[in-house]
Amino acid sequence: MALQKKKTEMRNQDPTERINNFKEVPYGYNKEEAINEAERCLQCPKSPCVNGCPVNVPIPDFIKALKKGKIEEANDIIKSKNNLPAICGRVCPQESQCEKVCVMGAKNEPVAIGRLERFVADSMLDKVNTSADAVADKVSKEKVAVIGAGPAGLTAAADLAKEGYQVTIFEALHDTGGVLRYGIPEFRLPKKILDKEVESVRALGVDIRVNVIVGKSVTIDELFAEDYQAIFIGTGAGLPRFMNIPGENLNGVYSANEFLTRVNLMKAYKYPDYRTPVKIGNRVAVIGAGNVAMDSARTARRLGADEVVIVYRRSEEEMPARDEEIEHAREEGVIFKLLNNPVKIDGQEGRVFSMECIKMELGDEDDSGRRRPVPIEGSNWTMEVDTVIVAIGQTPNPLLTSNTENLKTESWGGIMVDDRLATSREGVFAGGDIVTGAATVIQAMGAGKKAARSIIDYLTSKEWSGKN
Amino acid sequence: MFKILEKEVLAKGIKRINVKAPMIANKTKAGNFIILRIDEKGERIPLTVADYDRETGIISIIFQEVGYTTKQLGSLEVGEHIKDIVGPLGKHIELEGYKKVVCLGGGSGTALLYPKVKAFYNKGSEVIAITGARTKDLIILEDELAEISNKLYIATDDGSYGHHGFVTDILKDLLEEDQEIDLVVAIGPVPMMKAVADMTAAYGVETIVSLNSLMVDGTGMCGGCRVTVGGETKFTCVDGPAFDGHQVDFNELINRLSFYKDEEEVHQCRLDEEVNK
Ligand SMILES: Cc1cc2nc3c(=O)[nH]c(=O)nc-3n(C[C@H](O)[C@H](O)[C@H](O)COP(=O)(O)OP(=O)(O)OC[C@H]3O[C@@H](n4cnc5c(N)ncnc54)[C@H](O)[C@@H]3O)c2cc1C
Ligand SMILES: Cc1cc2nc3c(=O)[nH]c(=O)nc-3n(C[C@H](O)[C@H](O)[C@H](O)COP(=O)(O)OP(=O)(O)OC[C@H]3O[C@@H](n4cnc5c(N)ncnc54)[C@H](O)[C@@H]3O)c2cc1C
Ligand code: SF4
Ligand code: SF4
Ligand code: FES
Ligand SMILES: [Mg+2]
Repeated sequence: MALQKKKTEMRNQDPTERINNFKEVPYGYNKEEAINEAERCLQCPKSPCVNGCPVNVPIPDFIKALKKGKIEEANDIIKSKNNLPAICGRVCPQESQCEKVCVMGAKNEPVAIGRLERFVADSMLDKVNTSADAVADKVSKEKVAVIGAGPAGLTAAADLAKEGYQVTIFEALHDTGGVLRYGIPEFRLPKKILDKEVESVRALGVDIRVNVIVGKSVTIDELFAEDYQAIFIGTGAGLPRFMNIPGENLNGVYSANEFLTRVNLMKAYKYPDYRTPVKIGNRVAVIGAGNVAMDSARTARRLGADEVVIVYRRSEEEMPARDEEIEHAREEGVIFKLLNNPVKIDGQEGRVFSMECIKMELGDEDDSGRRRPVPIEGSNWTMEVDTVIVAIGQTPNPLLTSNTENLKTESWGGIMVDDRLATSREGVFAGGDIVTGAATVIQAMGAGKKAARSIIDYLTSKEWSGKN
Repeated sequence: MFKILEKEVLAKGIKRINVKAPMIANKTKAGNFIILRIDEKGERIPLTVADYDRETGIISIIFQEVGYTTKQLGSLEVGEHIKDIVGPLGKHIELEGYKKVVCLGGGSGTALLYPKVKAFYNKGSEVIAITGARTKDLIILEDELAEISNKLYIATDDGSYGHHGFVTDILKDLLEEDQEIDLVVAIGPVPMMKAVADMTAAYGVETIVSLNSLMVDGTGMCGGCRVTVGGETKFTCVDGPAFDGHQVDFNELINRLSFYKDEEEVHQCRLDEEVNK
């Protein structure tokens, strides 16, 4: 059989159609397409792809099982390393992880590992979790508290529960998922999928308590007093950054967090049936070019904005978003004004009216190894806009750390940990965006897994020996 | 789910509800607030914890029915439920070091003022309370305030009760007569807080106001509640809601509060329709 150089196409919802709805954009492979794509895997003995994956999913093994049509087995193989495959298959930046180092990718397109993972996980989504009952009667070990129901917290909780620990997750919002619920939109990650994954964590015996803000409703010391023997902090990087330019507090300027939270968590796209409003207007500027910016831009299109412009101070090459998101945004008519930086927002009657930008050029490399954007003097220009969405990054939210004693943090707010993810406080571990700063879903999950192992070691040995 | 245990109508369109929320009752201090969501489709709105009892775990909220969500809340009866309540949120206010405090509340702002009056009084400060409303029927918590203040003044815009005029008239007289006042706390409609802050600035008296910015999460995650204080951007939900009244950019706040006016009106009509069905 001739080698298929390109990935097996994934069918997408038509762009002209999809800008009118919030339904998922890619349809996912059917079985035939999946097996066809699985055939492309060379089953490399050294399998570099496995090392490219932050949680080391045994990629060739699951693909092999899939090729034989053994989907359940493939799923078990994936699940041995990745608790949330239906999610990762959709949102992992595969091109910079597993697929980046795939041997097939050297000359041709890499194997579509993410799409295969998604296919396997989706096929098994409705199957009951058979391991749950077995775990249920084992529950007897110590109580562990997990703070935050994002991917880091959910993963840590699941791994601990599987080993028989009594786990309680405390979540500040009224619903689970962290960024997976309030940040990533329905058209990219259907909430039905997230709900299934959360359900399977619950099925392991994990108690999830929403509406509890640790640091405010209850403190870490009080949790220890309530007999929790170890604590995992997975509170994410929820603090939005602003540009600090004039006009940023005008009506019509949103942080991406606010904009996406209104739409995703509060379902403002169903206003007025759902009661949270959002205002979008006709012309929207989104500042930044990461996943958050793409999600904001594509959401704005779906809410009816005619013209949505991404304004980014670097060039195409440096855009941090997943390739697929950039491509989908383009197909949906999002305009890219690269090498531009906003300097001022002007209003009329208190509402955004226009935004002034300055053109940029790339200078020498900076610390991140990327060429530093420098303003071109006198190149200022103005665009008329109704809405500005600021998506230039998030930092750790200090709500917990500032209300907890003896928890060492970095100057930028991240919690300091050693290589076991142990913090400066005995029995307290941390991982995910609260430690790394804004990163990825799979890295947060990897941290959750690692912390779970460290917590088990600690509770078994009862030895802290913290280096912090 | 939080069950409504008690409900009381304090004045026309101003109600008090008690719910059991032990975690919140246990941690609340004067100035803290909660965010609630009535049901699956509801919006999240902030309301001050008007009172709390650590022993029984019961908290009280007092609210004025101004729009869809507060009206829906007001329509709930004893035994019915509120889906989500989270808190306590925000910074509590510092009580230390004040001998003589004047507390002003305007309209339903009096409900927000009440826990602060109580806290200062219990701390041993001399507390002068001033509450005002449009008309006599809208004066709330009169007996309660009388009990926890050294002196209580009342003002109505139409003169139907107490002083004929604004709470700021009374404040002005007090500031003229009494040099010992070392703190003014003002809570109410933004124009009232602004008027108080302008007045006390002239007398050089420290002034705390409690801002009512639009909120979503209340945890510092969305930035929707941002205000300018002393030239810096602050988040009302985590840095406030109480701020130095002389530093707040009130005009910006007034503007930001008006952003969803159109939507609020549309919603209002829908609610009236539903009620009249
Ligand atoms: C819009 C958007 C799009 C993204 N797209 C992608 C993508 O395509 N691919 C990808 O890999 N990554 C993406 N990311 C990044 C990814 O979502 C994050 O790296 C990941 O969610 C971090 O997981 P976490 O568990 O550390 O934190 P979070 O997901 O932030 O979860 C933290 C949770 O803790 C809760 N919490 C916070 N403080 C407290 C407290 N004091 N008490 C109790 N609970 C608390 C929060 O409410 C939240 O639910 C995106 C991020 C955003 C914002
Ligand atoms: C920290 C804080 C404490 C508060 N405490 C009290 C209290 O104890 N009692 C009380 O009666 N009111 C209080 N408020 C105001 C209360 O939150 C609003 O009256 C309520 O949200 C109105 O909602 P609605 O749907 O009924 O009215 P809408 O018709 O939607 O709005 C009416 C007005 O209320 C304000 N508002 C609307 N949505 C929000 C929101 N999500 N967050 C904040 N304000 C909003 C706006 O100014 C708006 O113009 C407080 C506000 C804050 C910020
Ligand atoms: S979890 Fe992510 S990185 Fe790992 S194999 Fe799956 S898609 Fe690739
Ligand atoms: S590197 Fe690529 S081709 Fe090789 S085993 Fe991994 S997925 Fe298959
Ligand atoms: S309400 Fe979202 S940051 Fe304050
Ligand atoms: Mg409302």
